[in-house]
Amino acid sequence: MSTPVDETVRLRIGSDADLSAVRLQVRAKAQAAGFGLVQQTKLVTAASELARNTLVHGGGGEMEMSEVAQAGVHGIKLAFTDSGPGIADVEQALADGYTSGNGLGMGLGGARRLVHHFDIDTRSQGTTVTIVSWATTPVDPRAVLR
Amino acid sequence: MSQIPVIPLGDVLFVSIQGELYDAVALSLQDDVTNAIQAHNARGVIIDISALDMVDSFLGRVLAEIAGCSRLLGADTVVTGMRPAVAITLVELGLTLPELRTARTVEDAALMLGVWVSSRTSRAAPVAVRQDEPEAMDGGSGTDGP
Ligand SMILES: Nc1ncnc2c1ncn2[C@@H]1O[C@H](COP(=O)(O)OP(=O)(O)OP(=O)(O)O)[C@@H](O)[C@H]1O
Ligand SMILES: [Mg+2]
Repeated sequence: MSTPVDETVRLRIGSDADLSAVRLQVRAKAQAAGFGLVQQTKLVTAASELARNTLVHGGGGEMEMSEVAQAGVHGIKLAFTDSGPGIADVEQALADGYTSGNGLGMGLGGARRLVHHFDIDTRSQGTTVTIVSWATTPVDPRAVLR
Repeated sequence: MSQIPVIPLGDVLFVSIQGELYDAVALSLQDDVTNAIQAHNARGVIIDISALDMVDSFLGRVLAEIAGCSRLLGADTVVTGMRPAVAITLVELGLTLPELRTARTVEDAALMLGVWVSSRTSRAAPVAVRQDEPEAMDGGSGTDGP
C-alpha cells in the first residue's frame, strides 16, 4: 500500500503516562511529516482512542509508528497491538455508542472517521488496529485507499 | 503529573487545564470540582481548555460528567476556549457533547453564568476576569471583541 521512509518506532502502552507519550510522539511525527494543524489533531485523537483501547480492553500492548510515502505524499502509519481477548463482533464494536465497559463507545468508530485508512485484525489471542493518515488529503481519500 | 488547581473566584470555581493530561489527573479533577463546589458554595464552574491541543472521548466524557455532577449540586459549568482544530475533530469523532455549555472566552462564560468572577471587585460593574488571573488564562481571550 505504501513504502516506509524511516525507522519504525515502538512505544509501550501500559499506563496512562504511556498514552500521554503516544500523543506527544504522534504529534511530533505528524508535525515533522508536514501535517496541517487539523490533520495533526485528528491523527493524535485517533491514536489516543486506539492506545486507550489497547490499554483498557487489550490489557496493554504497544504502538508501532512509521512514516510512509505513496506517490510523493507523506503519511503516518500507526499499528496498535495487544494480546488481549480480541473483539468478538467487530461491526458491533465499531458502532457508535457500543461499549462493553463504561465508555461512550465512540472511540473505535470515531477513530475510523478521523483517518484515511483503518484496519482491524482481531482474534482470540489479541488485536491489531492499523491506521494511516496522509499529510495531503487526496481528492477522495476513501476512494483511493479502499 | 500534578493535580489541576481549582481556584475559587467569588461565586465561581475556575479551572485551567494545562497541556498534556493523564487520565488519572482528569478523573481526580472530577472529584476536586465536586468537593470544591460544596466547600465554596459555588454557583458556577468555568473550565478553560484553551491550552489543550486534543480532546478525546475519555476527556469529553470527563468534562460532561463534571458538568452533570455540578448541575446536580446547583452549579452550572461552562467550558471555554476550545481550539477550532479540537472542535472539528470532536465533531468528526461523533462527540458533539450537547449537554456541555461552552463559551469562547472566560469573560463570556462569566456573563453566561451571571456571576462576578472576582470577590475583590465591586458588584457595581461586571469584571474583566483577566486582571485577577494568572497569565495562563489568556489563551482563549485573544479573539474576543466588544
Ligand atoms: N483492543 C481491543 N481489545 C478488545 N476489545 C476491544 C478493543 N478495542 C475495542 N474493543 C471493544 O470494542 C468496544 C468499543 O470500543 P470503543 O473504543 O468504541 O468504546 P469504549 O472503549 O468502550 O468507550 P470510549 O468511547 O471511551 O472509547 C469496547 O467496549 C470493547 O468491547
Ligand atoms: Mg475506546
